Amino acid sequence: MDTREYIASGILELYVAGSLSEKENVEIHAAIQENPELLVEVKSIENAILQLTAAAKKDTAYSFNDIKTQLTVKETKVISITKPKTNWLQYSGWAATFLIGSVLMYTLSQNNQLQEQVATEKQQLEEQIDKAATNLADAEKLIDIFRDKDIISVALAGQQVSPTSYAKVYWDKKANSIYLDAKGLPDPPKGKVYQVWSLKLTPLTPTSLGTLDTFTADANKIFTITNANQSEAFGITLEPAGGSLSPNLEQLYTLGAVAS
Amino acid sequence: MDQEQLILQFQKKDVKAYEKLYNLYCDSISGVVNNIVKNDDVAQEITQDVFIKAWNNAESYSAQKGRFFTWILNIARNSAIDYTRSKKFKQSKQNLNADFFVDILETSSSLDSTTNTIGLTDFVTKLGDTCKAVIELLYFKGFTQKEASEELNMPIGTIKTRNRTCIGELRVMLGV
Repeated sequence: MDTREYIASGILELYVAGSLSEKENVEIHAAIQENPELLVEVKSIENAILQLTAAAKKDTAYSFNDIKTQLTVKETKVISITKPKTNWLQYSGWAATFLIGSVLMYTLSQNNQLQEQVATEKQQLEEQIDKAATNLADAEKLIDIFRDKDIISVALAGQQVSPTSYAKVYWDKKANSIYLDAKGLPDPPKGKVYQVWSLKLTPLTPTSLGTLDTFTADANKIFTITNANQSEAFGITLEPAGGSLSPNLEQLYTLGAVAS
Repeated sequence: MDQEQLILQFQKKDVKAYEKLYNLYCDSISGVVNNIVKNDDVAQEITQDVFIKAWNNAESYSAQKGRFFTWILNIARNSAIDYTRSKKFKQSKQNLNADFFVDILETSSSLDSTTNTIGLTDFVTKLGDTCKAVIELLYFKGFTQKEASEELNMPIGTIKTRNRTCIGELRVMLGV
């Protein structure tokens, strides 16, 4: 198609109107680039349309200043658009920090609690060990006493009031003291107390060695009592609380003579 | 500076270059808008919006896609048609009597301002009804060739040649 035919087809008028497809527009643009004659024609058509359309406007005066301010406003707005993004990042940063902080605090408090627990358990364990050590020392001390050759052992047998009762006295003459093992005695009734007696047999002379006030509370029922008498026998009677001056022989629980 | 240079500067957001383009096209754009919305105040408002939209979308224009005038003409027609679909327009529509650009030209008070527009009025009143309709649809309403052929019940090829003849007469009258 030569230039004249191309122009005469009326396609350039449609090109200016914007009635063609995108593909046709690209083709015409390429043709115009190659042929300056076509550009002149297009500009001429455009000029005619410009004048025709302008005639359809009303008398209002148009000024570029009316829109100029809005053009610059738009430009500054572009900068401010980036701000919310930064804020969002900041907020999520703070949120993450808070979260990590909370987890850290929780972990620390858990750790402290566990450490306290361990410390308490350790202390309890130490107390138990200490107690066991003390008990062992006591037991060893008792064994030493029982094995000492200078200590006289006296078995006290149950009497009429309580035939199943028994007791044992370990008499350390050098130390002037006895160790009374009263494990074989029942707990005394309320308001009553066991009283220990040193006896001389001819004539029968009882001497009070004291009352076992702590009998019920004592765990191993071994009592250390001072005894400076030349005892020939030992007896235990049940007496009213506070003890008696002379033994109530009807309530004699155990009695044993020292072997001569 | 020629037009191609102005458009390149405009795409680099040069306000001074844009002012020149604005002065070249604002009357035409407002004429097209006015022909669609048929309200002077509204036409002024939409015309301003059109030039702000064009500025904000400057990078989307490409010479490959067509003439700069055609591009901005498209924005104008779409903006004006969008407005005619709004509630506001439908409420004010009752008082309209001018349907074609011809009627606007005949009632326009601006007709006395230039000899060209006087000549234009004379010319368009003498145009055949087909020419009036074809120009109206293709340039003022933005119809495609196919849409215009359906609207006017005319073969698609006839639209092209008839339009060429009509614009030819206009150019003779305007001396361009």
